[in-house]
Parts: sequence; C-alpha cells; structure tokens
Amino acid sequence: MKRVTLPIAYVPLVDAAPLIVAHEMGFAREEGIELDLISAPSWSSVRDMLAFGRVDAAHLLSPVPVAMAMGLGGVTQPISAVSVLSVNGNVIGVSRALEQRLRQSGYGFDFRDAAAAARALAAAADRPLVFGVPFPFSMHVELLHYWLEASDMARVGYEVRTVPPPLMAQALAEGDVDAFCVGEPWGSEAVESAAGALLLPGKAIWSLAPEKVLAVRTDWAETEPHLLGKLMRAVWRAGRWLDSPDSRTSVAEILARRAYLDLPSEVIDRALTGQFTISGHAEQRDVPGFVGFHDGLANFPWRSQAKWIASRLAQRFGLDAEEARAKAGRVFRSDFYRQQMASTGADLPGASEKLEGAIRQTTAVASQKGQILLPPDAFFDGRIFDPDAT
Amino acid sequence: MSDRITIVVVEEDRERAIAIVDALQASGPYEVHVIGNASSLARRIAALSPDVVLIDIDNPTRDMLEELTLASGPMERPVAMFVSSAAGNLAREAVEAGLSAYVVDGMKPERVKPVLDAAIARFQMVRKMRRELAETRRALEERKIIDRAKGLLMKARGIEEEEAYALLRKAAMDQGRRVADVAEALVTASGLLS
Repeated sequence: MKRVTLPIAYVPLVDAAPLIVAHEMGFAREEGIELDLISAPSWSSVRDMLAFGRVDAAHLLSPVPVAMAMGLGGVTQPISAVSVLSVNGNVIGVSRALEQRLRQSGYGFDFRDAAAAARALAAAADRPLVFGVPFPFSMHVELLHYWLEASDMARVGYEVRTVPPPLMAQALAEGDVDAFCVGEPWGSEAVESAAGALLLPGKAIWSLAPEKVLAVRTDWAETEPHLLGKLMRAVWRAGRWLDSPDSRTSVAEILARRAYLDLPSEVIDRALTGQFTISGHAEQRDVPGFVGFHDGLANFPWRSQAKWIASRLAQRFGLDAEEARAKAGRVFRSDFYRQQMASTGADLPGASEKLEGAIRQTTAVASQKGQILLPPDAFFDGRIFDPDAT
Repeated sequence: MSDRITIVVVEEDRERAIAIVDALQASGPYEVHVIGNASSLARRIAALSPDVVLIDIDNPTRDMLEELTLASGPMERPVAMFVSSAAGNLAREAVEAGLSAYVVDGMKPERVKPVLDAAIARFQMVRKMRRELAETRRALEERKIIDRAKGLLMKARGIEEEEAYALLRKAAMDQGRRVADVAEALVTASGLLS
C-alpha cells in the first residue's frame, strides 16, 4: 500500500518534539503515513498554511484555535485541536538591567514562587514594564496577565507586546522590552547570549497549562477521519516515548540538528531535564516536569482548558463570556480523541471537563479502565476555574 | 477615505523592496511606503494608517503585525487578513506565492484586487529567483563536500578519483541515500577519528 504523506507545519521549538519524533523515530511509518514537516518562521504563517490548505495539520499555540472560533484576529476558518501536544514549557525572563535591580533589592531568584516574583518586580520597576511574547494569542500572554493583573505590577503598569522569539535577545538589549515570556529554547538562549536572566518557569503560574495543540482544519478532520487517526496515534506514541527518561539524550540530539532547531543540544537539554542555568552567574535551578509530552493524561484535550482560555480572552476583549466558552468547548475535540485513541490502549478519563486548578496533589480519578492519576493543575493563587459557572 | 490607496510594504532587502514598489506603481496610482524590519513595526505601520500592508510570508517579524488585527484604540482602524469570501481564491493564491496581505476592514474587494494581483505576480517571481539561488548554492556546497569525501577515500585507500566516486555512489545506492549525504557522513566521521 502506498503511504500517504501529510504536510505538517511547526515552529522550531522544543515542544515541536512530538511531531519531529513521530517522524524521526518511525512512529508515523508504523501507522503507514509519512510526515512532511515544514518549519515556519512565525505563528501567523503556521496558522495561514493550515487555514488555507497548504498543510493538513500543525503544531499550534493552544489559544489560537480558540481565538479563531471567537472571531478574534485576521483568520477565522474552523480549526479543531485534536490533542494537546505538550503542557507547560515556557519561561519568564528579565533584562540584565532589571536583573541587577532585582538583585540589589535582595531578590534571590528562587525560580519557583510566582507571587513573590511579581512583588519583587513591582518593587524593582521604576516605570511600567514591557513584556515581549511570541504571539498575541498564546499561553504566554494568558500566563502573564493571569500572574500580573492582581499583583502589585498592576499598580506599576505593564504592557504585553509581540516580539518574534529569535529577536527577543536583541529587543531586550535595545530596551524595547524589559522582560519576556517565551518557549524553550529561547529563554535559555537569552541567558546564553547574556541578554537576560530567567525569573520563573511557566508552570509556577499554572502547573498544568495546555501549551501547544495538534491542530487540523475541522472539515479535513471530518472528511479524513482515517488519516487523522493515524496521525493522532503516531504523535501520541511519540509523546509517550518522549516522556520516558531514557529518551532524553536522543531527543536533544535529534532536535539539535540543522533541519530542526539548529542549536547546541546542551541548551535544548535544559528544557527536557528541567535543569536550568538561569543567569550569567551560572546559577542552577531544577524544575521537575518543566515540559510534559504524555504523563498524567497530558495529551487529552480537556474542554475545560479551552473554556479557561476563552473566558480569559472574552474578559480582555469585552466579549460575552458564556458564548465564548460554548464556542471554545467545541474547538478542543475530546470526542475525536476518544474515538481515535480507543485502539491504542490509552486510558481515557470518565469526564471531558474538570475543575481547572482544583488538583493540589496527584489524585486518582475515574477512568474507562478504572482509575487514572492526574498530576497537580493548580494556579499560583489557588483559584479554581469552574467551566460551567456562569 | 481618499481615492488613493495607501500601501505599506514590509521588506528589509532594498532591492526586493524597490522591485515590489515598481510593480505596484506600474499597476495603479498608489501611495507606497516601505518599512524595513524594526522592533516597533506595528506602531510604525499604524502611524502611516495604510489601507493595505504587504509582507513576505517567511518574514519572522510578521507576528508583530498580528497586533494590527486587534484595534485597541478608538482612533485605530482594525486590519484584517484578506479573507472575505469573494476573495477566497485570492487569499489562497497569495499564501502560495509567499505573500501575506493585511487589508483594512471594510475595503471593497474590487479595489484591493489589482493591488494584490500585482503583488502576487511580483512575489512569485522573487520567490522563484530566490529558490534558484538557494538551489545553486546548495549544489555548490554538496559539490565541495563530495570532493572532500573523494579526497579522503583516495588518501585512505590509495585509489583514483573515479574509483573513489564509484565507491561513494555504491554506498549511497546500497543504503538508499543521496551521494551528498554519504559524503557528509564520511567527512564528519573522519573529523571525529582524526
């Protein structure tokens, strides 16, 4: 039988690993498909290639399909998020100047306590701060607002501005931005290029944030369920392989290649091991589970995650929250996930929504096979998001 | 809105920018501005208040323009990517030519079409030239690495150039790989061994 080749767009980041590994380690071939991975220079480019049919699937920021369904941004084709490719994996960093002021105030860069970091920033800032993010619709933006809007930084003032991550170090050096929230390896690259220091991992704000999704055009998913299933299973197996500790060295080597991230594997390795060098002073910080590709049902597209994103966007753009949540719930396709993953032996949760932020410690919940362990999904401020609350 | 359409072209390369501006001005009486890449791209564009913004789809600074699609102030005009149904094919053609166009909300498709037609044609040409250049460059690089691999083989095995190439070609065929890839592997491996 002739193999079908699926063109897939991605942005060269550590969390594109499930797609790259599905291709490189033969998980796609096992399913009888070939992946033609197309590296994109920007998220708008990925979105357009997907929306206008240049590719069949894409590595996409989780808020993008939600925003598109809400009519925000330029393109509004119906896109489905069929699985979560990765959870967490972002870092927040500051410029050298801000780093120095933070140190002078006695801040210890614990790389853990988000509330304390916001207080320290507000105390060190002598004017409103500008944060660089990769895209207007991104978990980066959501995490920043969630973290800062109720902190002392709201009094100091802050602005969130789009800066392509490869240009972030330059923007920091030239003072266009004071701080940033980006996906790895760009945070570590900023440390390596002596442009800044790292302040927090993204998971210090939300411990289980859906970061990237596997996105397809909804009409494609409906007309090609067979191919969709093959792709989803190949990517799911790649994620499972990625989360086994034995794979890490190979993963860093594969991602480091010129065709993919084209960076030293040592820098890429930091995100995979969670062992970070956070400043030019060679300070090390450990973040267990810095980025997740599989464990703890990471790939399940919880409708409540989409609704959290929609609620946040609706609030910021002055849209009706209930309507936004309803639209968003239809974007994260837990229904496709259940259908397509049944044959893999993957355990599936009993429900498709959960209270986001309610799990403080690893907890057993009902699953199709009996019980499944869910890792903590708490927010730094302890708030709980109820997807059905009005 | 005045009759003249204002167009901003985002392009760092001076020659390409001139080529695009020439093509646009040959197709109608447009007011065309060129902006190179800058960290404050969105603000500089907003200051010109254009009807149409054209940018290469491969330009990494493109994501900065996405902020234009969210008019945040009352004085700002929202800019949409060109996707109205009447222009569905035009949008797809543009994406295929490597062009992304942002058009102010409410502008009539028939007014934008000649602008985009001219831009698409020019982008297709530039893209073709760029691809040819990249291919030439790659061929040259591969040539160099194959020559180095041949040299290594000739030295290690005391054989002639032709024989060395035949050996590379056979290894490539046996492994189902390209000669250039086998040569690269050999050069890398020998670098590690020496």
